[in-house]
Amino acid sequence: MTAALTSATAEAGAPPPPPRGSSRIAWLLLTPGLAYLVLFFVAPVAVLLLTSLYERVPDGPVGATRPALRWENYTDALVTYAPQFGRSFLYAFIATVLALAIGYPLAYVIAVRCRNRPLLQGLLLVLVIAPFFTSFILRTIAWKQILADESLVVAVLKTISLLPDDARLTATPTAVVAGLTYNFLPFMTLPIYANLERLDLRLIEAGEDLYANPAETFRRVTLPLSMPGIVAGSLLTFIPAAGDYVNSALLGTASTAMIGNVIDSRFFRVVDYPTAAALSVLLMAAILLLVAAYVRRSGTDDLL
Amino acid sequence: MAADLLAAPGGGRDLELVGITKRFGEAVAVDDLSLRMPAGSFFALLGPSGCGKTTMLRMVAGLEVPTAGQVLIGGDDVTTTRPYRRPVNTVFQSYALFPHLDVLENVAFGLRRRRERNAEQRAMAALDMVELGPLARRRPTRLSGGQQQRVALARALVNNPAVLLLDEPLGALDLKLRRQMQVELKRIQDEVGGTTFVHVTHDQEEAMTMADTVAVMNAGRIEQLGPPQELYDLPRTPFVANFLGRSNLLPGTVVEERDGLLGVDAAGTRLLVPADRAVARSGQVLVGIRPEKVHLVAAGADEPADSTVLGPGTVADVSFSGVSTEYLVDVAGYGRMSVFTQNLGAGPGAMVGEQVRLAWSPRHAFVLVGDAPAAGPLEREAATVGAAGGTGP
Repeated sequence: MTAALTSATAEAGAPPPPPRGSSRIAWLLLTPGLAYLVLFFVAPVAVLLLTSLYERVPDGPVGATRPALRWENYTDALVTYAPQFGRSFLYAFIATVLALAIGYPLAYVIAVRCRNRPLLQGLLLVLVIAPFFTSFILRTIAWKQILADESLVVAVLKTISLLPDDARLTATPTAVVAGLTYNFLPFMTLPIYANLERLDLRLIEAGEDLYANPAETFRRVTLPLSMPGIVAGSLLTFIPAAGDYVNSALLGTASTAMIGNVIDSRFFRVVDYPTAAALSVLLMAAILLLVAAYVRRSGTDDLL
Repeated sequence: MAADLLAAPGGGRDLELVGITKRFGEAVAVDDLSLRMPAGSFFALLGPSGCGKTTMLRMVAGLEVPTAGQVLIGGDDVTTTRPYRRPVNTVFQSYALFPHLDVLENVAFGLRRRRERNAEQRAMAALDMVELGPLARRRPTRLSGGQQQRVALARALVNNPAVLLLDEPLGALDLKLRRQMQVELKRIQDEVGGTTFVHVTHDQEEAMTMADTVAVMNAGRIEQLGPPQELYDLPRTPFVANFLGRSNLLPGTVVEERDGLLGVDAAGTRLLVPADRAVARSGQVLVGIRPEKVHLVAAGADEPADSTVLGPGTVADVSFSGVSTEYLVDVAGYGRMSVFTQNLGAGPGAMVGEQVRLAWSPRHAFVLVGDAPAAGPLEREAATVGAAGGTGP
């Protein structure tokens, strides 16, 4: 996954091979990072993998488990929580598509249209990043206020009949997807911005010179050239959105529960570590497969 | 062919600019410029950077809209026509090849946008014309500068445009490759036949080598327009005299006109110039003479008959460049004069410090009006050469 991300965002042209003799220094420089990864990534994942195969102690206290190789944990978890899995990927997918639909034009305006106005460009960029100054949880709670039954937004939507009188926004899939879209929008916008910022406008002129109207120029020139940004942005949106539980917990109900919510409740409420661990491993594996297929399909390798 | 999309594609068409003005805010890039480039000609817009030549080209391509005036192609007003609707293609200065497409798809881009049949075969044929067929499946970034330049040329020419615009297409190439591409471009223009080539450059040699007609631009205006030989032989403004080649310009006053010759008094010496080679026949003028038209006359030797003679002066610098030698001669009252002599193997020429006279045939002189450029190329170069110290032949 990390490899996919770096390859999607890397600048054109591979770095030159390091000269011989510097490999010891390279390893020395890598050590802190490697140590950190082993300690906080490899080890927990290994523990997670082991835990996912533990079995419950019969007639033991709540949460008591013992080491075993119980593969049924996986099939049980998959069968029981298939709806939540499906929902997670569906919500994450819709949120990614919406974030792309909102984020691409935004990034385009900031990077291309405002290119000659650095002040405006800087201001817009700050606006994109500004939400990060406040906590993720706080902002999601704010959305809860915005979408509440007695909120202004709902009242207006009902007045103009976009929303039936008896409908509500809070505690619906719409609210959860809206929350996901909003929370991950900057992760979509910024990589696309970084890509479009480097877009050579002379290529657009060349497109128009070669009989492509603006729409065709966008489709044949701008869009393919911005694919690395789109790929990076969608990965940065889809991956955390698929595992997210905050939005569903705060803006949804049990019927909108995503896999993150299930893992949360298995770990912290039911104290069913093996199932929670199995679900986590399944989530990781599923995301890895989806992302690999996506990166391969988008075929951005030869652009780099 | 393209008949279904563009009224009369292929074959060149006249390009006409009528009273074109382009302002960017307060700055005037092109100032009331009118030009007619006949179909099938190889036309060069020559000028220093910032003279408005690239802006001119972009207005023909449709990438800029003139503030005033009209652009006509084959008689059709295309002043506000969008670039993708014009029968014009451009070879961009930076080539602007699409990095996400291979060479063949770059070349086929225009054909595909016009939904033409056999796009691939025709693109391949265009690549063969520029001798890049074997590289069709490479990415443009994997090609050398010269190869990219040829891809850009093929990408534009394959569409068989009425007008082909070349924006300093050879600027990024090294000298040897540039010479080679100049010949190549000429060959290709003969080969495609009929397409009007408009070539923007600041390289006077490139313009003179390739173009049938050269327009010298300065500060948004055309200073002079004509075939290269004519422009070189008879410049009409001090700018042209020193931008296209170099000239010795001597300020003087017209004092008489007799037998088709003007007599100009320049600091006490009577300089003769044919009246039909003069921009003005009275008042303050500049007498111009090209350095290679001036002969050095050693002290004591006879000057050629019927020639204008200046001097004596002191040889300040001699620089040998193989084919020719340049002498810089300080003549009291006239400043520093430049003389080119061909090295015909007739023994050593003048030495630094030697007293010489300068002679030329009056029929090579010309008369201009205006101020001699204060620090024209001649003076600038002379200063640097002088500073570097003289070298004997």
